[in-house]
Amino acid sequence: MEENRVIDVQDLTKRFGTVTAVDGLSFHVARGEILGLLGPNGAGKTTTIQLLLGLTTPTSGSIRVFGRDLQKSRHEFLQRVNFSSAYVALPSNLTVRENLTLFARLYGIRRAAGKIAEMLELFGVGQAIGKITGSLSSGQVTRVNLAKAFLNDPEVLFLDEPTASLDPDIADTVRTTLRDIQRRRGVAMIYTSHNMREIEILCDRVIFLARGAKVAEGSPAEVLARAQAASLEELFITIARDGRVRDTAGAAGDA
Amino acid sequence: MWLRISALLLRYLYLYRRSLPRAMELFFWPVMELLIWGFLTVYLSHVAVPHAVVFLIGSTILWEVFYRSQMAITLSVSEDIWVRNIMNIFIAPVRVPELLIATCLLGLIRSLLTGVILGVLAQVFYAFDILAVGPALVPFYVSLLLFGWAVGMCTVGVILRFGQAAEALIWGVPFLLQPLSAVFYPVGILPGWLQAVARVFPSTHVFEGMRIALLTGKVEPSLIATALGLNLVYLAAGAAFFGWMLKRVREKGYLSRLAME
Repeated sequence: MEENRVIDVQDLTKRFGTVTAVDGLSFHVARGEILGLLGPNGAGKTTTIQLLLGLTTPTSGSIRVFGRDLQKSRHEFLQRVNFSSAYVALPSNLTVRENLTLFARLYGIRRAAGKIAEMLELFGVGQAIGKITGSLSSGQVTRVNLAKAFLNDPEVLFLDEPTASLDPDIADTVRTTLRDIQRRRGVAMIYTSHNMREIEILCDRVIFLARGAKVAEGSPAEVLARAQAASLEELFITIARDGRVRDTAGAAGDA
Repeated sequence: MWLRISALLLRYLYLYRRSLPRAMELFFWPVMELLIWGFLTVYLSHVAVPHAVVFLIGSTILWEVFYRSQMAITLSVSEDIWVRNIMNIFIAPVRVPELLIATCLLGLIRSLLTGVILGVLAQVFYAFDILAVGPALVPFYVSLLLFGWAVGMCTVGVILRFGQAAEALIWGVPFLLQPLSAVFYPVGILPGWLQAVARVFPSTHVFEGMRIALLTGKVEPSLIATALGLNLVYLAAGAAFFGWMLKRVREKGYLSRLAME
């Protein structure tokens, strides 16, 4: 169902000098699905996300978003997406309210106070609204970041290791909240994490990358069955060490 | 568009409310410079060089307009790099001109605030009236503001491209331009070949014009026109350079590196 695709990537390649960070990658993201982008460090996940957000320009290949070329419609695309990463911070010297008010303005949300309060409550950090962001615990900061990521009711959400700094209890609550929002609002999510258990719980579909290329794709169950692996953790380690996956159904293969 | 520009501007203005170093940077250092140069010039006036006295105080105040204007642009973007917020800004639906306009408006606010404070203090301490420059004060101020914007855009472009390694330029570039702009002495003092270099900068024509205005009470329209004309070229070049640097940054994937630095 091509009309259901919010992102469509064809033969995407990015080279930095002699290094090929993303190598002929093709995939799509459907409306309302959670796609896990997996792979060891240096596999090309971050570069792929940067390419999808238009922060980095591709060497070749095409990225279509909502049926349009990303390069020609990046500004409109960014109105409809958002991003949260464990490695990107909100200004620590502003209050949570100030930070979220600024981002509400950047996304063109007028009379944003109600929306800000709703999102903070959703992630269980409503009481932090008047506090200086830098005074919050890392878990609270992560949830404020997530609240910021939902301010504009995004249709596509990029989540880069969003639970990396959370304790298991809060991480579980966040996963449940994300799943709930995804089901209620049909938000597509592109999710990276090194927590393979989390990926199994959350993702409808996964793509494993190694050395910039796709080596496996499918639902977690399909990928595991094809690779004859007991868990995504085991498969991840195999890919990280060998750069390839045994694929009995013949889909992916060598990196 | 103006909602996003106001958001960016507010984001930068918020910083001043809770940061003593930032507030000091806006008021303390300019005031210190004025005091040092001011008292030096009081001394010089006693040794019978009265015009030099007036020129030095006027130059100090006007130089701050340029300095604060370019610092507003460079420090604003650098601040977002330092606190790892730069990715959030670049994945928000903010167009590059909107980002530049917001930082330029901040430069306008900063330079106005600093200029007014220094003008008042100069009157109180040294009986120097900056308004004695006459109506030319407005185009002089605008020229230095615009030149600050242009230099700021170039500097930010280099910072985005080279990261923290290039941050010394925030403070270094203005001081590189200061001796070449004949801020505290007439351009004629410079060696002949350096005079030609100095006249390439709009700031040189502003300070030459200021000295003429203070000395004779007359405005030299050709100096104002030259400064404003040069500024148009510098602004266009600054914006183009920033755009080119950003294009290179996107090609090389440096934005994520900036976010991680």
